[in-house]
Amino acid sequence: MEKGLMKGNEALAEAMVRAGCRFFSGYPITPQNEILEYLSWRMKEAGGAFVQSESELAAINMVLGAASAGARAMTSSSGPGFSLLQEGISYLIAGDIPAVIVDVARFGSGIGEISQGQCDYKLVTRGNGHGDSHLLVLAPASVQESVDLMMEAFPLAEKYRHPVIILSDAAIGQMVEPVSFPPMEEVDIDRDDWTVKGCKGDDESKKITNVFYYMDDYNSFLRDKYQRMTENEQRYEAIHVEDAQLVLVAYGISARVCKEAVRKARSQGVPLGLIRPISIYPYPKKAFAELSGECKALMTVEMSITGQMAEDVKLAVDCRYPVYTYGTGIKVPKSADVVKYAVEILEGKMDKEVF
Amino acid sequence: MVIKAPERITYTDGHSFCPGCGHGIAIRLIGEALQELALEEQVIISLDVACGGMPIDVWRYDTIEAAHGRPVATAVGVKMARPSQPVIAYLGDGAAYSIGIAETLHSARRNDNITVIVLNNCVFGMTGGQMSPTSLQGQVTSSSIHGKSMKEGGATMDVVRMLKDMDISYLARAALCDAGNIKKARKYISKALEKQMNGEGYSFIELLSPCPTNWNMDPGVAAAYIKETILPVFPTGEFIG
Repeated sequence: MEKGLMKGNEALAEAMVRAGCRFFSGYPITPQNEILEYLSWRMKEAGGAFVQSESELAAINMVLGAASAGARAMTSSSGPGFSLLQEGISYLIAGDIPAVIVDVARFGSGIGEISQGQCDYKLVTRGNGHGDSHLLVLAPASVQESVDLMMEAFPLAEKYRHPVIILSDAAIGQMVEPVSFPPMEEVDIDRDDWTVKGCKGDDESKKITNVFYYMDDYNSFLRDKYQRMTENEQRYEAIHVEDAQLVLVAYGISARVCKEAVRKARSQGVPLGLIRPISIYPYPKKAFAELSGECKALMTVEMSITGQMAEDVKLAVDCRYPVYTYGTGIKVPKSADVVKYAVEILEGKMDKEVF
Repeated sequence: MVIKAPERITYTDGHSFCPGCGHGIAIRLIGEALQELALEEQVIISLDVACGGMPIDVWRYDTIEAAHGRPVATAVGVKMARPSQPVIAYLGDGAAYSIGIAETLHSARRNDNITVIVLNNCVFGMTGGQMSPTSLQGQVTSSSIHGKSMKEGGATMDVVRMLKDMDISYLARAALCDAGNIKKARKYISKALEKQMNGEGYSFIELLSPCPTNWNMDPGVAAAYIKETILPVFPTGEFIG
């Protein structure tokens, strides 16, 4: 397909279909509605199933059913709706069931606001739902990257038999950018031996439930799974980190602002760098091995109030550097303000880290 | 006449149902119907948790133990992924009528082509016999120790009555209290599955079931309690289809 202009949410929805997703259930909530609307007609075209569910609770549990039956299955939501998905996400993890969930993040607790936000970071990186868990979480920073990461999501989910989250946000979901798509993928619904498909002859029946019921050493199994993810699935982009005196750390929409901030700062002779986590779980600790001897501090730039990612940065650098946060809450950060804040840190005017 | 249990159902492998529990009867009836209709190799069953989840280790059908109250939603997901195969949601009254009432009714509204079988014993079983939406007025439970009342606990919910007005393919209620009523339940299950295989849409059966443990009754007394006290509140029969 040629390059064309497309809205982030619609591009992501088209990418779901291209990625072989043949089941989608979801509930209207802004700012992810275009995904639901697009798939309401597109899924049928592709020979898949679509249902506008009675709630997000129903949506995620339908996904669990379709995924258990072998379909590539998805839902998407935002804010309060994303909270309601947590129950089912916990069951997906417990049952070793691959599925992909999109969070087009909006701002705030409670009803919050329908505009962009990055305040689901802790929720998505600390496991989602009840239990003892993590998920693979991929955070695109452009419309094209939404498509590219969507194409990776199902193979990743199936490699680890684990749910994957695409963490977009209202800005990336609503913006229009040039995008191109890979060809359509189709998967055989009977490709895996663990799915429910009907118990033939004298076969043992398939049981989709907490896998630890039928496992001798679930602790080792789960630890090993997360360890393999941590070793193999760290994704990031590093810009001018090699000589930076201060390294910005940002994902998603904030990372785009930070790219501009790095350019601006360097044109003024301020050596900033940027680490952009693309996987936020596993956190890309490898990126921080590239910090130079010149590095004095790190600074997360995120649309949260509490500096949710700063803890992960502090751990990634083993507390060897001070870590600050430029947290803008409901507002998209401005590159000039990012530079100003960074310069104040470098000049020693900032007496308190985020903690 | 030789009555043989369905080959795919065995209680040798660690089940933990209480003596006199209605689940054992319901499981057998489902097994018999699947065998009769030759659906055993195609069927996929979505269960609730707790007592309603225990069939997973009793029968040899591909089975999902869904989240509490979500077996109907999970069954819908399975059915939409594999539309030609029979899909059953099997759950209790707490799941279908309390936490999962939205899923139960909206699946009926869509006339999803699945079969829903609800085991109604008027209590939450595994958690210790707490009041459920179908607990009778005056029923003493572990969370209504002076008896359920309109003031404390609210009305007794009859979801079969609610479903009568909906455009679904099949609706019936039977009681697992004596041979005659159990035979009817068996017939209803086959009919519901046939409707599904004909693509007619949502089929729903409620099975009134004893819970001797949480009712604090001997199994025999529990069966008599269904006949004398529950049946006048929850009439049985076929209502749609």
